[in-house]
Amino acid sequence: MEPTAKTARGLWRSVVQTGALWGAGAIFLALVGLVEAVSHRQIVAGVLSLAYALLLLAGLGAGIQVSRRWAGTAAWQRIVGGALAGALVGVAVGLLVVVGRSVNLRIMLINASPALYEILSFGLGVGGVPLMVLAQTGAGAIGAATPLLPPVFRRPVMAGLGTAFVIGLFQDLVQLMLQSGVRASLRSLLFTGDGLALHGAVLLFVFAAGVNVLRARYRAPASRWAVGLSPQRRQVLRWITLGAVFAAILILPWVAGLFISQVLVLVGLYTLMGLGLNLEVGFAGLLDLGFVAFFAIGAYTVGLLTTTGPLAVAHLAWWTVVPIATVVSLIAGVFFGLPILRIRGDYLAIATLGFGEIIRLLVLSDFLRPWLGGSQGVLGIPKPVLVGLEFRGPQQLIYLTVAASALVAFVAARLRDSRLGRAWMAVREDEDVAEALGINTVNVKLLAYGIGGAFAGVSGAIFAVMLGSVFPHSFNVLISINVLALIIVGGMGSLPGVMVGSLALVGLPELLREFSDFRFLVYGAVLIVMMQLRPEGLWPTAVARRELHDEAQAPAVPGHAVELAGAKEGDG
Amino acid sequence: MTLLDVENLHVYYGQIHALKGITLHVDQGEIVTLIGANGAGKSTTLKTISGLLRPREGRITLSGLDLAALPAHEVVAKGVVQVPEGRRIFGQLTVHENLSMGAYTRTERDGIDGDLERIFTLFPRLKERRAQVAGTLSGGEQQMLAIGRALMSQPKVLLLDEPSMGLAPVLVEQIFETITGINQLGTTVLLVEQNAFMALQIARRGYVLQTGEIALSGSAKELQANAEVRKAYLGG
Ligand SMILES: Nc1ncnc2c1ncn2[C@@H]1O[C@H](COP(=O)(O)OP(=O)(O)O)[C@@H](O)[C@H]1O
Ligand SMILES: [Mg+2]
Repeated sequence: MEPTAKTARGLWRSVVQTGALWGAGAIFLALVGLVEAVSHRQIVAGVLSLAYALLLLAGLGAGIQVSRRWAGTAAWQRIVGGALAGALVGVAVGLLVVVGRSVNLRIMLINASPALYEILSFGLGVGGVPLMVLAQTGAGAIGAATPLLPPVFRRPVMAGLGTAFVIGLFQDLVQLMLQSGVRASLRSLLFTGDGLALHGAVLLFVFAAGVNVLRARYRAPASRWAVGLSPQRRQVLRWITLGAVFAAILILPWVAGLFISQVLVLVGLYTLMGLGLNLEVGFAGLLDLGFVAFFAIGAYTVGLLTTTGPLAVAHLAWWTVVPIATVVSLIAGVFFGLPILRIRGDYLAIATLGFGEIIRLLVLSDFLRPWLGGSQGVLGIPKPVLVGLEFRGPQQLIYLTVAASALVAFVAARLRDSRLGRAWMAVREDEDVAEALGINTVNVKLLAYGIGGAFAGVSGAIFAVMLGSVFPHSFNVLISINVLALIIVGGMGSLPGVMVGSLALVGLPELLREFSDFRFLVYGAVLIVMMQLRPEGLWPTAVARRELHDEAQAPAVPGHAVELAGAKEGDG
Repeated sequence: MTLLDVENLHVYYGQIHALKGITLHVDQGEIVTLIGANGAGKSTTLKTISGLLRPREGRITLSGLDLAALPAHEVVAKGVVQVPEGRRIFGQLTVHENLSMGAYTRTERDGIDGDLERIFTLFPRLKERRAQVAGTLSGGEQQMLAIGRALMSQPKVLLLDEPSMGLAPVLVEQIFETITGINQLGTTVLLVEQNAFMALQIARRGYVLQTGEIALSGSAKELQANAEVRKAYLGG
C-alpha cells in the first residue's frame, strides 16, 4: 500500500508499530476488566476460555495486519514478521504482569487485580510470561499465514473455527436446546459438564468445514437448476421455501427456549425501531437522536388505553390500541419535524437529542404525574389475547414481533420504491436540488419523521405488553443511540441490514452477559473497526456499496474511449 | 409575447441587500442572458424566480400567473425549472435515476418515457452511460445530465446558472450548442453566465447585472458592441 512499507526499514517499523498497537489493545482490554470478566466463559472446556481467546486475538490480529502490509514479499518473511509482531504483543502483556506484580496499579486502575495477573501469566507467576510470549508468537504466525492460504482452504477453515467458537461460546444456551431424545444424545456427544468438549470442537470444525466445502461446490449448480425450472415449478419452490421459513418461525420459540425467545423479542423490538429510524436517517438522510420519544409515545399510549390500573383513560383491547398508538406516534413525528425543518447537519443532532429528553422528562415530571404516573409509570397492562391464545410471555410475543417486523419491513420496502421514496432519496442526496426539482421538501421530511415515528410506536406498543408496565426510565437516550448504532452497523438505508444490525448489537450483548458492563466500549470499538474495514455496513444497499467501493462502479463502456477523449479532460 | 416577467425585485440575505430592484422579462421562445461579475446577484435572481428565495418586494409572473407567492415545488410544476450552479447532480445515483428524479412533478408514465428518449437523442453520451453512477461522469457529462434532468420536468422556461463554469473550452462550446438546440425545440431559456462572450453569441437579448442592479440591457448585438461591456466582460 504505502510505498515506504516496502523498504527494509519500513518493514521493521511496521512490525514494531503493529505489535505495539495490538499489544496496547490487549493491555487495554485487560485493564478495563474485560479479560477477567470473561475468564469464566469456556470456549472449549478446560482448553480455551474466552479470556485467552480475546488475548490471542490480539496476536492473531497483529499477524494478519503485518502479513497484509507485507503483501508482495516472500511468504516466509511475512510469517516471520507476523510472528515477531505477535511476540511483541506477548511482551507487552508480559510487561503488564511484571510491572503489575511489583507496583500497585490498583490505586488508579481498579481492575488491575491479582486475579488478572493470574490469568495473564497462566497462573505461573512471572514464569508464565515466556509462555505468553510464545503463545502470542504462535498466534501472530498463524495470523500471518491466513492471508497466504488460498481461499479454497481458508474459507472452510474459517467456517469451521467460527462454528466451533460460536457454539463453544454459547455452550450453555446450546445445551439448553438439546434436552431430549436425539438432541440429548447429540448433546452428550459434543459437551462435557463444563462446556464444549475438545472432541466436540473438532467434530464441529470438521462438520462446518465440510458443509462449507459442499456449499462452495454445489451452490452454483443448485442455483442454475433453480433458474432453469419452469415458472410454475419455481413458484412451487418459492412456496415450499416460504412454508419452511414459516414453520421454522413457528417452532423457533419452543426449540430455542424462554431465554433466547426473550432475547429475540428484544431484537425484534429494536428491528422495528431500526426500520423506523432507517427510514429517517437511511432513506431521507435526517439525523435523529431523539428517536426513543416515539417508542415511549407508543408504549404510553398502549399503557393508558389498556391498563387495568388507576391511570386508565380507557379499557380497550390491545389490538384496537395498536392502530391508535401508531397514529399517535405518527402525529408526534410530524410535530417533532415541524420546528426542526430548517435545521441541517450537526444542529439537527442536537435539536433531536433535546426532543427525546423532553419527552422523557415530561413523563417523569410531577406536573403530569396524575395522568402519566410520573416515575411510578403505568402498571397493570394486560396481555393481548387472540382467539383464546394469550400472548403471555416471550415465546408467544415472538410471533407478534416477527409478524409486526415483517409487516413494517414490507411497508418500508414499498415506501422506498415509491415516489415518496425517490423524494426521500433526493432530499438525502441534495436537499436544495431536490427542492429545485419540484419536490415539496417540507412534506417529504415531515412524512419521514411521521412514518419513522409510527414504526417506533408499534415497537413501543409491543414493549408495553412485554413488560406489562411502562416506566419513564425505560426511555433514555441510550436507546436512541443503540438504534442509530445498529443501523450503521447493519448498513445505512438497508432493510436486511437493520435486522443484522440488531442481532449483532442487541442480540449478542444479551447473550454475552459478561459484556454488559462493557457494552458501549464494545460498541465504540465495533463502530471504529467497521468504519475502517466495512464502512458500508454488514448488509449494505447497492448505492452505499457503489459509494464506498470504487471497483463496484459500473465499468466504462469499452469502445467509446476515443470518442470520449475530449470529454474526459472535462474538469479544468 | 412576454412569458416570464420580473419587476422591481428586492432580495435580502439578512441585512445584505443583494438585489436592488431588478426588472427584466423573457419572451416566449427567446434565449435571454444575464451577465455580470462574481457576486453581482445573478444566482440570487435565478433562485428567487424559482422560489428558493423569497423577494421582500417585487413581482414575478409567468404568463400573468403570480409566481412570487409560490413555494419552489409549485414553481416547478408551473413550468419554471432551474439548473443550479456547479452541476449538482445526485452523485451516488445512476444517470437514469437522476433523469427520472427530474420528472418528479409528473405522473404520466408514457410522456416520461418519451421525454427520456428525447433527452437521450439530445445527449447521446448520456444514453451510453445510463446505468453508470453519475458521480463518475466527466464534468461536461455531468453538466449535460443536470440540464437533461431539468428538462425532464417539461419546463416552459429553463433557468441555467453558469453552465459553462469549470469546463474545458471544447466542452463550453458544446454546451452552448446544446442550449441553442434546446431552445430551437421550443424551450425558453434564461441563461446566467460569466462567460459573456459566449452567452451573447447565442442569446437574443441580454442584461448586465452590477451589484444587484441592472446596469445595461439590450439586444445581444448592442451589448457586444457596447464599449463598457467590451471592456468589463469581453476582455477589450
Ligand atoms: N447565502 C447567502 N448569505 C449571504 N449573502 C449571500 C448569500 N448568497 C449570496 N450572497 C451575497 O449576495 C450577493 C449576490 O450573490 P450571487 O447571487 O451568488 O452572485 P453571482 O451569482 O452573481 O456570483 C453577493 O454579494 C453574495 O455575497
Ligand atoms: Mg452565481
